[in-house]
Amino acid sequence: MPVVRIPSVLRKHTDGEAKVAIDGASVRDVFAGLIAKHPDLAESLLDGDTVRGFINVYVDDEDIRYIGGLDAPCSDTEEIAIMPAVAGGSSFQAFR
Amino acid sequence: MANDTFDMYRHADPYLLDEPTRQKLVDHARSDFPYEVCGLIAHRANGSHIVYPIRNAERSMTYYAMDPRELLGAMRLIEDRGDRFTIYHSHTHSEAYPSATDIRLAAYPEATYLIVTLQDSANPAMRAYAICDGEVSEKPVVFS
Repeated sequence: MPVVRIPSVLRKHTDGEAKVAIDGASVRDVFAGLIAKHPDLAESLLDGDTVRGFINVYVDDEDIRYIGGLDAPCSDTEEIAIMPAVAGGSSFQAFR
Repeated sequence: MANDTFDMYRHADPYLLDEPTRQKLVDHARSDFPYEVCGLIAHRANGSHIVYPIRNAERSMTYYAMDPRELLGAMRLIEDRGDRFTIYHSHTHSEAYPSATDIRLAAYPEATYLIVTLQDSANPAMRAYAICDGEVSEKPVVFS
């Protein structure tokens, strides 16, 4: 079954597990199973029926935005990676 | 001010970097000046470091966003090895303090956030921080 790679910031919702195997033929199905197993993930991962904007999701090396979004298919040998974006910059000075 | 600095550091673990890694970071920061650069540093269990420069998809003088695919590749290697890691980026014209943007977008509480500044281009400086739930704490950088 597909394996979901859990980023460190969300492992508090998966009992510390970095990789979770969940059955499903699409990312949507796998995420539904993942949230059924770890309900506290839902709010961090999804905004209604879409993935939160700062989170990138890949099926192996393919960004799901380009292969059907949550309906992207996945096979038993593939990894679904949840990867929060890394961004920032000097735009504003918060404190010295 | 001196006492405040002492108190701030007294309970902070030092952030250790070797000279070759420091130079790699400086070279990377200078390589695309005046645009900000970014990347990851893996901290191996044996004390060594691996620098993963990652393309700034925004190529901006005031903002960076790591190329998602390059980030994924580097993070897979780091996580599968169980390495600790640092997220670094450069400030090209300002001091090495986390901006409001840096703090708001910090999504990896277990990482060290390292800022390399080229504000004084002849004397690049770097400072390290932990950023968790909007709270910033500085770690003294020690070069070996």
